[in-house]
Amino acid sequence: MDDLRNGFFQECDELFEGLVEGLNALDEGRGSRETINAMFRAVHSIKGGAGAFKLDQLVSFAHAFETALDDIRLGKVAADAPVVALLFTASDHLSDLVEAARRGRDRGREADPDRASAVLRALKALSGGEGDASGDPTTAQSAVVAEFEAIKLDLGLDDPAVFAGAGHPAGAGGDGADRTGRFRIQFRAYRDLFETGNDPALLFRALGELGALSVRVDDSAVAPLGQFDWCEPVLNWTLDLVAKPGVAEDRLREVFEFVEEVCSFEIKRIPAAQSLSGQAETADLCAMLPGHSVGDAGGRTPPVAEPDLGDGAVSGNERAVCETTCGATTCGETVGQASAPADEGQIIGAVSAPPVSECAPLDGKGHTIRVDLQRVDRLINLVGELVISESMLSQSMGALPVSSTAEIDIAMGQLKQLSGMLQESVMAIRAQPVRGLFQRMSRILRESARQAGKSARLVTQGEATEVDKTVTERLVEPLTHMIRNAVDHGLEDADTRRARGKTERGTITLTAAHRSGRVVITLSDDGGGIDRDKVRAMAVEKGLIAPLETLSRSESDNLLFLSGFSTAGEVSNLSGRGVGMDVVRAEIQSLGGRVTLASVAGEGTTVTISLPLTLAVMEGMIVQTAGETIVVPATVLRETVLASEAVVHEVMNGDSVLQMRDGLVPIVDLGRALGYSAETGPLAAQSLLLIEDDAGNRTALAVDRMIDQREVVIKGLEQNFGQVPGIAAATILGDGRIALIVDIEQLLALPGSIAPPEVLQNAEARGARHV
Amino acid sequence: MRRKVFAVDDSRTMRAMLEATLHAAGFDVALAEDGQDGLDRIDRVAPDLVITDLNMPRLDGFGFIEGVRARERHRGLPILVLTTESGAALKMRAREVGATGWIVKPFDDAKLVAAINRLVA
Repeated sequence: MDDLRNGFFQECDELFEGLVEGLNALDEGRGSRETINAMFRAVHSIKGGAGAFKLDQLVSFAHAFETALDDIRLGKVAADAPVVALLFTASDHLSDLVEAARRGRDRGREADPDRASAVLRALKALSGGEGDASGDPTTAQSAVVAEFEAIKLDLGLDDPAVFAGAGHPAGAGGDGADRTGRFRIQFRAYRDLFETGNDPALLFRALGELGALSVRVDDSAVAPLGQFDWCEPVLNWTLDLVAKPGVAEDRLREVFEFVEEVCSFEIKRIPAAQSLSGQAETADLCAMLPGHSVGDAGGRTPPVAEPDLGDGAVSGNERAVCETTCGATTCGETVGQASAPADEGQIIGAVSAPPVSECAPLDGKGHTIRVDLQRVDRLINLVGELVISESMLSQSMGALPVSSTAEIDIAMGQLKQLSGMLQESVMAIRAQPVRGLFQRMSRILRESARQAGKSARLVTQGEATEVDKTVTERLVEPLTHMIRNAVDHGLEDADTRRARGKTERGTITLTAAHRSGRVVITLSDDGGGIDRDKVRAMAVEKGLIAPLETLSRSESDNLLFLSGFSTAGEVSNLSGRGVGMDVVRAEIQSLGGRVTLASVAGEGTTVTISLPLTLAVMEGMIVQTAGETIVVPATVLRETVLASEAVVHEVMNGDSVLQMRDGLVPIVDLGRALGYSAETGPLAAQSLLLIEDDAGNRTALAVDRMIDQREVVIKGLEQNFGQVPGIAAATILGDGRIALIVDIEQLLALPGSIAPPEVLQNAEARGARHV
Repeated sequence: MRRKVFAVDDSRTMRAMLEATLHAAGFDVALAEDGQDGLDRIDRVAPDLVITDLNMPRLDGFGFIEGVRARERHRGLPILVLTTESGAALKMRAREVGATGWIVKPFDDAKLVAAINRLVA
């Protein structure tokens, strides 16, 4: 049951995606009839599932929501802007209810009862006044329940004749004088009864389970064999039932629930004194009915007989009756013994059942399975280990005197290729489209816009772009920050926008795309852009930059990422952004990503996040420094140079700078920066790795030797060692040794990593920018 | 002999619930995720009874039932409609296209099984 429940909530997530997608389509004026239909189905499915788990609050709200959607679907209500806004709110509320139910709080009080009833009222108002539920959710709930139960009563109550003189429920086992109900039922099937898959014999069997049943048939209307119309039912039945104690008339009616429009039937209660005629004579016939037994009234209980039509014990007349009964069952296909045997086609009912074969296997089209994430992660880990073993093997092979054409070498090559493909395929399991993430953002946007009193819409592109699940999860918070900033500080108020010739409604665009092995996510607004003068004044005031320092536009914009640049209280009057952007940067960096910001005054701001496709492997340059093997992430690497071939200027304290085509770049000895050695190595023998961060700051890392650039499996250190400054993670190399992966930005921000006094001022600014 | 029920519903949850309930009641169960899927597979599945949702993408329950009834071999097949809508109009429409009966969601396990037993021998 828990599995079913979890499955339901998972399905809800997917349904919400569809719902929000539809809402966005409506919002943008590209909604079609099918859009509304799909939305209706989504809410409907949520309601259906919620009902099954008795999540009453959810059911009642979903019901109101669904009713509103139905009215739109039927064209009773136009899906104009206020209505779409209401639907968005309703969708958010429904999502909250699902979330509450997921945490097992369906029956408790609502987190926000005011909103709940307000939304509910608004939905009801939309559906033309009161609808079938009032504004109070609890009343709504009972109304819905009542609706569900109503079906039981929908059983011919509109036919007064049925109850005439029937002494209705009173005698149904309540008053002692007539504890056993006796009923006479007149029944005649219409042709439609057979054409809708119903079967009188099965109805009689069901009646038989309610007590002792005797069946008589009037076959006077049966035409001679030659003129017989097989498809026209001609039999009239009279059934007498001595109901078991406690069986009320309703139970009898229930049996006829599905056939009330396709047959004529009349149920009459018979006073206890009046005997049921024809009972004894018909007992044998009753036994013909599958599963039927004659109870105490008949005085004996014949064994349940299968309707074996070939049974010679059945007398001629009765047999004919039964054949006709059963034959009619499969009108048009097989008519009992009298017709030619139908060698194909389905025969339904008591005559014979089709052989039940094993369940046909499901088609393979687009089916998905749901797998516990832990299993996938275990698989990914194992494949990672496999790749490592493979490269260890390959390395040991290299030491053997084996020719490159030897079979073993060819097999090794294949193994390498296969394990690479295996790894890629396994990684793909964790990949998820960013659609869900983007849809969450559309809600954040709506809420922030409402709070800020602005009008804004979210345009998304590239929702199908796939990213590691962990990445999408951890992007929620930074993106939320960014959206709030864009709404609060990016978008101008309506008056300003009008004055600037923009639409009153601001647009925030969220895109995702794969670019050279990374995922690039951008968030842009069409607001006023960053006010660089204000930002600069603020940064100077806070001592983050020197008053006279010249900054490029990008340097200036990226000041916003500095921690302590601003706090919420102080930015409220700043027409730029800044709330928590340092938090955003920290989170993105912890994912191995980079974030940059670009702004055009009057036209808007774009924040770009670039992320690795997966958190499990990365491309790294393996280097040696101070006797240690270290991995430098290849993402920051721009160039490699041999120090002996480069132009290096020595500055004070033995520190150096590298002369590049377009300027000087400080050289940092990696071994020293990591604390492996106190001295810098002999520069002439070293290699230089030119690295560049997101803001365009460059540094040359001096290492003793470059070994190889390759994919490495990332093994987190934090669980065992906590956060180690300057170290991002570790990996296992092909020879089985462990190597640390450096966190370049963090490393360069460590005190003392960049020592030259000449570049000190520069370094301060850089250090600050790196934080 | 085990009877086979073919359940057609676009809600995964509902399919899972039907499957669990029907299995527990001793039926074989085959599933389809919408009317079109159901129509594509019903011949191969060869069920003794069908339970179908009404509101489904691609092909809704009405279209599905019509499609099933149009095939000679399924003309007498019992088809139960599973719906949260208890409205008489919907029931009438379902009946017109050939539905045998209906079950109102959320369904009561025992009632569902009783209804099925009433329709398959």
